[in-house]
Amino acid sequence: MLNVSIYRYNPEVDAEPYMQDFEVDTQGKDLMVLDVLEKLKAEDPTLVFRRSCREGVCGSDGMNISGKNGLACVTPLSEAVKKNKLVVRPLPGLPVIRDLVIDMGQFYAQYEEIQPYMINNSPAPAIERLQSPEERAKLDGLYECILCACCSTACPSFWWNPDKFIGPSGLLQAYRFLADSRDTATEERLANLDDPFSVFRCHGIMNCVQVCPKGLNPTKAIGHIRNMLINSAT
Amino acid sequence: MANIRTMSFDAVIVGGGGSGMRAALQLAQSGYKTAVITKVFPTRSHTVSAQGGITCAIASDDPNDQWQWHMYDTIKGSDYIGDQEAIEYMCQTGPEAIFELEHMGLPFSRTEQGRIYQRPFGGQSKDFGKGGQAARTCAAADRTGHALLHTLYQGNLKNETTFLNEWFAVDIVKNADNAVVGVVAINIETGETVYVKSKATVFATGGAGRIYASTTNAHICTGDGIGMTLRAGFPVQDIEMWQFHPTGIHGAGTLVTEGCRGEGGYLINKDGERFMERYAPNAKDLAGRDVVARSMVLEILEGRGCGPDGDHVYLKLDHLGEETLNAKLPGILELSRTFAHADPVVEPIPVVPTCHYMMGGIPTNVDGQALTIDKEGNDQVIEGFYACGEAACVSVHGANRLGGNSLLDLVVFGRASGMFIEKQLREGINLKDASEADIEAAMAGLNRLNGSSDGEKASDLRTELQTIMQNYFGVFRRGDYMQEGIKKLQELRPRIENVALNDKSNAFNTSRIEALELQNLLEVAEATAITAEARTESRGAHARDDFKERDDENWLCHSVFFPAEKRVGKRGVNFNLKTREAFEPQVRTY
Repeated sequence: MLNVSIYRYNPEVDAEPYMQDFEVDTQGKDLMVLDVLEKLKAEDPTLVFRRSCREGVCGSDGMNISGKNGLACVTPLSEAVKKNKLVVRPLPGLPVIRDLVIDMGQFYAQYEEIQPYMINNSPAPAIERLQSPEERAKLDGLYECILCACCSTACPSFWWNPDKFIGPSGLLQAYRFLADSRDTATEERLANLDDPFSVFRCHGIMNCVQVCPKGLNPTKAIGHIRNMLINSAT
Repeated sequence: MANIRTMSFDAVIVGGGGSGMRAALQLAQSGYKTAVITKVFPTRSHTVSAQGGITCAIASDDPNDQWQWHMYDTIKGSDYIGDQEAIEYMCQTGPEAIFELEHMGLPFSRTEQGRIYQRPFGGQSKDFGKGGQAARTCAAADRTGHALLHTLYQGNLKNETTFLNEWFAVDIVKNADNAVVGVVAINIETGETVYVKSKATVFATGGAGRIYASTTNAHICTGDGIGMTLRAGFPVQDIEMWQFHPTGIHGAGTLVTEGCRGEGGYLINKDGERFMERYAPNAKDLAGRDVVARSMVLEILEGRGCGPDGDHVYLKLDHLGEETLNAKLPGILELSRTFAHADPVVEPIPVVPTCHYMMGGIPTNVDGQALTIDKEGNDQVIEGFYACGEAACVSVHGANRLGGNSLLDLVVFGRASGMFIEKQLREGINLKDASEADIEAAMAGLNRLNGSSDGEKASDLRTELQTIMQNYFGVFRRGDYMQEGIKKLQELRPRIENVALNDKSNAFNTSRIEALELQNLLEVAEATAITAEARTESRGAHARDDFKERDDENWLCHSVFFPAEKRVGKRGVNFNLKTREAFEPQVRTY
């Protein structure tokens, strides 16, 4: 039997959060963490977590799994269990609504902050805007972000200044538009980021890179933005 | 007294996937007060899982490509019960809708000329089936749905659409004229129940693949819009038509895009034989999905399946080379390594036909207006009610959808619905207000659930329902089996209506949501079962052992399921093309 310890908190019932221990029969299979949660929910329907695609593309089930942020649906027990124990907590640094469900409002606000949409006010052609494969390749490693918040909630700078620092996910998206040959708002975008906090609070700790379930590298994207800011200042 | 708060909008879209967000974008751009009710944050919607692409004759791969060829392929693919007027509209308008997405920033893969990259998909041809395989599916690597959904969300942010994120629509509110005037919805985070009043209510609620035990669909694909529609007494169309995708990962059910075969991958049996050459000598692995799925099942049934239990076949990709796989199918490499423990660079992926797509749905016209059929058999518009995307049956997919056509359906008809509602709002929509009793009626199901405590667990009942559908209404169907399945569903109904809800709390109560979803699944399952049993022929995805042939004399028509009497009626297929004469039904071979 696998020992599972899960963070529980229902604001209507519990004075404060607590860890609840369960035993789960995995029948020796290397299940995904989400499978274990589904098994537990079948037994205890009050257990609450988000999930949707169950294949690592929708970003619903980001959580802290045995100390590391990740997606429950693509994290196998073989990676998460230590000494026959699985510990599941909500992503850190954001308010908990209930059990493993956090309030992601702050995270989404940071995303909206960077104007996450194409800006190009020149008249659109009758067909697509042309873009070479090389120009398009610059978007690889950026556009694939699934907004799961694993990175930002693993970032100490985000914990300290969530209101001023855009965070790794938001900055990765900011660079996704800066890097797009079709976008014409580079100056405006850089001007919006040009303050001591938005970008420069990143201290290169690289927790974001370590936890990103899509293998993306926000630190590198932030480095590119820094360079653009420095170059545009000179 | 329906003692709940009312929120009012010009238009409310239920569902934050591709079609819902495309409709919302259109309306938000026009300045009308628009809200999207979505049970998950929009980018978690199932559109995100679409992989291979969006099919459209943009003439990038082949400068001489024509939308008329795409129209021909789609009509043939539908096994001739797709409405030709709607298919014509989709294929003709498609390029405009695709270029709009590109202008919004969708990161399509590119050709050397800088145009959008297109790959071959199943059922595609040039020159009306006479010019060989076409490459018509526009792609952003193998993450096209993700790229499309995020781009649409971004467009809606730019245009300041109101999002009611993590709200769940429970039931339709109808006024004294039987018109739709909004929905009752729950704010999942707080548990508050609200009457969301609207002049135009658009269902973009997606599919219901979770009626089957094995499905590529997300947990959230529970047919909520279909359930609400049926409970409101409105009919659904062609709901027996379920697509089984040939390549779901064996065991996990996760999708492996048809784009794998488009890029040159192929299926093999345990002897290593490329068996599709026998079943579809011309198109081979790129025949229609129904044809490929049936061929795979036959291989397995005849003892040529792979693995210790001989219960799947292999998709071979290693011959394409690591470089191509990394560039064109990076998501598939990731999924296969995670869920099949197989690295496609060196070994094949174990795959099996898996429930994937609901061709049927809420019948609509090309403008997205939902329809019912009167006693004389005439179409009647349901005032205030619209549908688009997988939840709708407009019908462009008929009895079998072609790969890459679902994303096109989403954007073309999401857009068309939005444009039509915009026009109606400009002209003025005057529907009678709902009375207290009307709102109360839409809350009856929820009130009953909230009072329930001694029933069975939702998770057990859901498993039972999914097993019945899997066993009795799968790739191959037979009358006596289906009758048994219908009986089992009938037995299940009172148990599901009485499902237990022991958790009465308000904060993010997913037990309550799952119980409501289960009730929606039941409505979809029962409509599927009764209609499938009634259609006594084989056509497209509906393959019967006891009626092996297509029967154009009796069944060249839509099925229409009327929930009040649980009766199956028929509705004519639209053969009215605007630009040429209709395509007459032909024997369908690949």
